[in-house]
Formats: sequence, structure tokens, C-alpha cells
Amino acid sequence: MKQSIFTIKENRPLTDLVWLMRMAGDTSEITAAGQFVNIQLDGLYLRRPISVFDCEDGMLSIIYKVVGKGTEKMTTLPVGTELDVLTGLGNGYDLEKVGKKPLLVGGGVGVPPLYYLAKKLIAAEKKPEIVVGFNTADEIFGVEFFEEIGCKVTVTTVDGSVGVKGFVTNALEAIDYDYICTCGPEPMLKALYRATEAKGQYSFEERMGCGFGACMGCSCKTVTGYKRICKDGPILEKEEILWEK
Amino acid sequence: MGKMNVNLCGIELDNPVIPASGTFGFGYEFDELYDINVLGTFSFKGTTKDPRFGNPTPRIAECTEGMINAVGLQNPGVEKVISEELPKLYKVFNKKVMANVSGFSVEDYAYTVEKLDSVDEIGWFEVNVSCPNVHGGGMSFGTQPEAAAEVTRAVRKVTKKPIIIKLSPNVTDIVSIAKACEEAGADGISLINTLLGMRIDLRTKRPVIANKMGGFSGPAIFPVAVRMVYQVAHAVNIPVVGMGGVSSAENVIEMMLAGATAVEVGAANLVNPYACRDIIADLPRVMAKYGIENLSDIIGAVK
Ligand SMILES: Cc1cc2nc3c(=O)[nH]c(=O)nc-3n(C[C@H](O)[C@H](O)[C@H](O)COP(=O)(O)OP(=O)(O)OC[C@H]3O[C@@H](n4cnc5c(N)ncnc54)[C@H](O)[C@@H]3O)c2cc1C
Ligand SMILES: Cc1cc2nc3c(=O)[nH]c(=O)nc-3n(C[C@H](O)[C@H](O)[C@H](O)COP(=O)(O)O)c2cc1C
Ligand code: FES
Repeated sequence: MKQSIFTIKENRPLTDLVWLMRMAGDTSEITAAGQFVNIQLDGLYLRRPISVFDCEDGMLSIIYKVVGKGTEKMTTLPVGTELDVLTGLGNGYDLEKVGKKPLLVGGGVGVPPLYYLAKKLIAAEKKPEIVVGFNTADEIFGVEFFEEIGCKVTVTTVDGSVGVKGFVTNALEAIDYDYICTCGPEPMLKALYRATEAKGQYSFEERMGCGFGACMGCSCKTVTGYKRICKDGPILEKEEILWEK
Repeated sequence: MGKMNVNLCGIELDNPVIPASGTFGFGYEFDELYDINVLGTFSFKGTTKDPRFGNPTPRIAECTEGMINAVGLQNPGVEKVISEELPKLYKVFNKKVMANVSGFSVEDYAYTVEKLDSVDEIGWFEVNVSCPNVHGGGMSFGTQPEAAAEVTRAVRKVTKKPIIIKLSPNVTDIVSIAKACEEAGADGISLINTLLGMRIDLRTKRPVIANKMGGFSGPAIFPVAVRMVYQVAHAVNIPVVGMGGVSSAENVIEMMLAGATAVEVGAANLVNPYACRDIIADLPRVMAKYGIENLSDIIGAVK
């Protein structure tokens, strides 16, 4: 973990509510896809946890959805603004454990960390396929990022306006995969957990006090005892999760 | 340069800054960030007789200049604290540590303190009496002078180390509770624990915290804390450890002027993991600015 100052280089909307921010700073502690950063915003007491969307030579990118005070405020920050950011938080996806034919499944703002993961997997010669789920056509973002790096993407929409109608689980049958990495809202994770026999790594969200393991604000029970989502997670292996099949 | 050392119940601290229980784990997590030996000492996570997972999540809610937590005393239990957590701490910390202890019956407190008493590295006990008394209808020990005194007497019997009783601010007359603890044999008083608070999410129209209510802390509570430290420090003849919203060297000095011998820093560690290191580094500057030679001279200077 590291606390350092990042300078915003780009901050623009991708859809009505989803924004992309790029910022320059010390990215040396960001060692794995699926990790997150914790951003301090003027006038708000707690930091905001956001996943790493991309990270390259001192440039950190995040994609965030406007849901409340903090993310609203982020949209107003001009290029050049300096932000106090804790980097290198969380365990991240373990590339070693990923099988030969990985499928990355993202829902809503669970999609961003999968892009950095896809890049890492390609570098490790485990090129993934992608499924991304949204509610409606106008919520879709990020597909082109995956296509640019040569990944096949299947889109699902609940209303059927684009791609496969329904949920991400409706797309599974048509795909040949042996392992799943996923991030998204909990109902999606649960549906996926039940819909596939494949092993995998699931990314979780929880309200956080610190984001680095000090406060026990984010604990969850797992098969192997309690874990802090911020430090021992946010990625849990499927076998660790305490859900009914 | 002015002197920052203070004496807390017979043990000398290099400086009065102490990370508060529950916001610093068992310390070693922070050693990745800075040498935690710069601290006066620190108070480790509230430890109970049996392991506790704590409350369901969400356990955290943001507030204006503060936060609510309902962690629910998650800890691995006293046996594991001794066998697993403390050995990891001693690898990186070479000062006496403050053992924060909680319980749900008088016997629980005595059991846990007795177990920890044999650990040389523990300098003080900080006994958190804000927990509900399961035999007393769930009322917190810290809300009744007699119940707080009973806990004090019980732990007094099982240790010779200094006992600091940590008081809850959710009471009508904090002074009477502090005095009862002093009479029952406490060596010090620390305060304040969190204020009972609640937030509601307008979108879901439900409490943000799964447990509905939780402990409010952070800069917003600082004035309440200064007031209570002032009241207690002037009513008892034992040292007082002040806390509640402390986030800067100025706040440390204000707490000491109100009567605190040492000062704990809680929520600030969570938003700035370097908070205590930064406060300690800044103290000499602020002391010079206000013409303070020795920090120990200003304790309770406000009459
Ligand atoms: C590990 C992790 C990674 C995340 N990655 C992303 C990402 O890549 N993109 C993205 O858009 N969002 C992500 N989120 C969710 C994001 O943290 C919240 O949407 C954001 O904190 C909301 O802040 P706000 O001030 O706009 O909302 P408010 O509702 O005003 O926030 C109030 C408080 O609740 C907390 N909070 C609200 N919603 C959430 C939530 N879903 N999870 C955790 N805390 C929450 C806030 O941090 C703040 O402390 C992630 C969350 C976690 C835990
Ligand atoms: C996340 C969190 C966990 C806490 N856990 C404990 C605990 O285990 N035992 C205890 O005596 N106090 C606990 N406290 C209370 C603090 O030690 C402190 O008394 C209180 O937060 C006021 O200080 P602050 O405003 O600087 O945070 C906790 C506080 C927070 C924020
Ligand atoms: S948020 Fe503090 S331990 Fe996870």
C-alpha cells in the first residue's frame, strides 16, 4: 500500500452516468488486476474505493458510476486536479490459478477491473473471452476496450435491446470455458455461482472504513474463517464462498 | 526543542500520542507504512474472552466530519490474541502496549485481564465498559456507576498493572461514573468512546448500518470529547487519557489543556494511515508556536 498524490489527466463521461478518469502518479504498488484504490475527496470524511481499470507506467485509470455525493463530486474535477490516493489495496486476481480457457464475467461497474485482468491474462498467454451484462442499451460501456485488445465480447441486456436477452448467465451455454473471473453486483455473483460448475474467482464489495485492513469494517465469513474484503479480498475463490449451491 | 514525554500511570511515554483501540488492529499492519515505534504506545483491538465475528455488514456509515461503526468487537479471542497476534506485534514494536479489553459479564472481564496479565509487553489495561451487560438487562456497564465500579474491582483483583477504565459518553453524568471507578481502584480513566449514532439511506429508506445504530466518531465529536475530558479530569485525581475526534497536533494540545495526560487518535488513522506519525512529527512546531516548552506542563492547565 502507498499513499501518494495523483494528478488528473482526463475525466470524461462514457455514458450518462459512467465516467473514465485517468491520473498520473506513483503506481508502483499496484501489482495485480482486481486491486483497488481509495480516493480522498475534499469535504467527504471517508475515502472512496474504486477498482483499477488500467495501469501503465505511472498512469492509473478508473471507471466510476455516479451514485452519490462522492462520485458526483468526481465528475466536477478538472484536469490538473491533485488527488490523495491510497494505491495497491486488496489481493487482486491470482493469475496462476486461472485455467487455460478463462471467461471474464462483468456486470455494470464490475466490468472495469476485468479489463486490466484481460490484459494481464493475455500477457500470461491465457487469452480470455468476455461476457458483460447491463440493464439496457444506454448503460453499455467498455466493450470497445476489450475488442481493442483482441478479446471476443458477448453483451447481455435485461431488456434484450442489445445482444443476448437476460442476464450474464444466459450467455454461458454458448461459450467454451474452464474457469471464471467475475466482478459485479452480488445478485449477479450469486446467479453465476449457481449457474456454472467451473472454478473461479469472485470479486466482492463492502462498505469500508479504511480499505487497508485496520478497522474490521468490511469482514465477511468464508469457508476458511472470516476475511476482510479490503485486505484478504476483494477477490475470493469460489470454494471459499459461503453460499448455498 | 520542547519535551514531549509524559508519564502515564507510572510508565514514561516518549510522546502522548496513542492510536485508539479498533483503529489500529494489532499494529503490525501499520508497520508496513512507518516505524510504529515513533508512537507513545497504542491500544490494541478490543479483546474478549471468546472469539467474536462481530455484527453483520454494512458496519460503516459516513457522516459529516466523521463516521459510524458497528464492527461489534470482532476479534479472535484472548487465547489467539496471545498466541498469534501479539507475537507478530512484538517483532515490530519494542515499547509497552496498551491492552484493550471488553466483556459481557464481570467474569468475562476478569478472565480476559487475568490471561493477558502474564504478557510482559503489556504495560496498561484499558478496560472498555461500553459493552452491554448480558446479566444486567443489556445495559452498558459504563452507564451505571456501580456496574462500572464492579468491573473495576474485578480486574483490580487479577492484575497489578495499571488499569485505565474507558468510559462511554452515552450517559447523563460522566463524572459520577469516573469517580466510582477511581474509588474502585482504577489507575486512570480514558474517554470518550463513540457516541451512539444512526444514518438512514434515502434511496432504500433503511438504516445504512445493518445493526441500525453504531458508534459515531471523528472530528465532529471533538468538542463533546474536550468537554467530557475537562469535566472528568477536574473531578478525579488519576490520569485521564483523552480521545474523540483528535486529528491534529493542535487537537492533542487542546485535549491536554483540558486535562488529558495522553491522547488517543481513532478514526483519523482510517482516513490517513499516517495520521499518528504526522501528528507526532508536527507537535514540536505547534508547541513552539504556542510557547510550550514541556507538554507535561500543560496537562489540565485550563482550570
Ligand atoms: C473494492 C471495491 C471496488 C469498487 N470499484 C468500483 C469501480 O470500479 N467503479 C465504481 O463505479 N464503483 C466501484 N465501487 C463502488 C464505489 O466504491 C461506490 O459506488 C462509491 O463509494 C460511492 O460513493 P458516493 O459518495 O458516490 O456514494 P454515497 O452513497 O454518497 O456514499 C456514502 C458512503 O457509502 C459508501 N458506498 C456507497 N456505495 C458503495 C458501494 N457500492 N460499495 C462500497 N461502498 C459504498 C461510500 O464509499 C461512502 O462511504 C467499488 C467498491 C468497492 C468496495
Ligand atoms: C472502527 C472502530 C472500531 C473501534 N473499536 C473499538 C474497540 O474495539 N474497543 C474500544 O474500546 N473502542 C473502540 N473504538 C472507539 C475508539 O477507540 C475511540 O474511542 C472513538 O472512536 C473516539 O475516537 P475518534 O473520534 O478519534 O475515532 C472503535 C472505533 C472505531 C472507529
Ligand atoms: S475497511 Fe477497514 S478493515 Fe476493511
